[in-house]
Amino acid sequence: MDLKLDHHTRDGIEVVDVEGEIDVYTAPRLRELLIELVNNGHYQLVVNMEKVEFLDSTGLGVLVGGLKRVRAHDGSLDLVCTQERILKIFRITGLTKVFGIHDTVDEAITARKSEK
Amino acid sequence: MATVEMSFTPLPVHVRTARLVATAVARRSGVEEALLDEVRLAVGEACSRAVEAHQAQCPDEPVRVELTGANGRFEVVVTDAAEAGQDDGTSPSAQPAGWPVPGTAAPNGTSPADHSLPPEGLGLAVIAGLADDVQFARTPAGLSIKMSWPTTATG
Repeated sequence: MDLKLDHHTRDGIEVVDVEGEIDVYTAPRLRELLIELVNNGHYQLVVNMEKVEFLDSTGLGVLVGGLKRVRAHDGSLDLVCTQERILKIFRITGLTKVFGIHDTVDEAITARKSEK
Repeated sequence: MATVEMSFTPLPVHVRTARLVATAVARRSGVEEALLDEVRLAVGEACSRAVEAHQAQCPDEPVRVELTGANGRFEVVVTDAAEAGQDDGTSPSAQPAGWPVPGTAAPNGTSPADHSLPPEGLGLAVIAGLADDVQFARTPAGLSIKMSWPTTATG
C-alpha cells in the first residue's frame, strides 16, 4: 500500500496522520511534509502512526530528522502508536527513549500540554 | 540452489516488491506467521541498503536476492555490487560512520547526524535485531548479507 498523509491542527498542535507503508521509496514524502510544517511555524507535532502498516529505518531517520528540526525551535514531535510490529523497530533501535510514544492522539496532546 | 532468485534495478520503488516476494517465499517455506513481519522488515532493510550503495557506486548494476527454504531454515542472501564500483577505500561510502565491521552484529552509529538521512548503520542494526541468524561478508563484488529464520518444514 502506498503512503497517505494528512494533517490538521488541534489545540494548537499539528497532528499528522500517516497511513500505509513508510519505506525508502515513500519516506521522502513524509520528510517533505514535516519540513513544510516546520517551515510554516508548526513546532509542536504529533505523528499519528496507528494506520502505518510498515516502517523501516529510512522512516525512522525521517522521524528523527523531524524531531531535530522542531527541537531547534524548542518544539516537540510525539508519536501515537500501539502496533507491536511498529513499536518493535523503535525498541530495537533504542528510539523509544528519544520519542514520546502514546496510545492515542488525545493522550499525546494532553501530555504535551501538561509539559508546557 | 536458491528456491527463488531475483535481481532488480537499484531503485527504491522496487524494494517493496522484494519485500513482498521474500515474505511470500518465507510463508511457503514454512516460516511461522509470527516471524513473517521480521522477515519482511529485515529483507527490506538489506535491499534498501543495497539500493543506496548501488545508486552511489553502480546504478546500472542490479541488486541480487536469493531466497532458499531447505533443511529447516529459510535463508535470504542480499548481495550488492557496490564494492566493484569503488577505486579505493577512500571514498565516503567505503567506510561510512557507524558502519559495523563485517561479522559483527551491533553497529554503533545510531546518533543521527543529518536531517534527511537515517543514521548510518541503523538499517543493519535493525537487521541484526530481527534475523534469527545474520552474517555479513565482504566479497570482491560488494557486501553480502545472509539472514535466516527457522521453518516448520523439514524439506
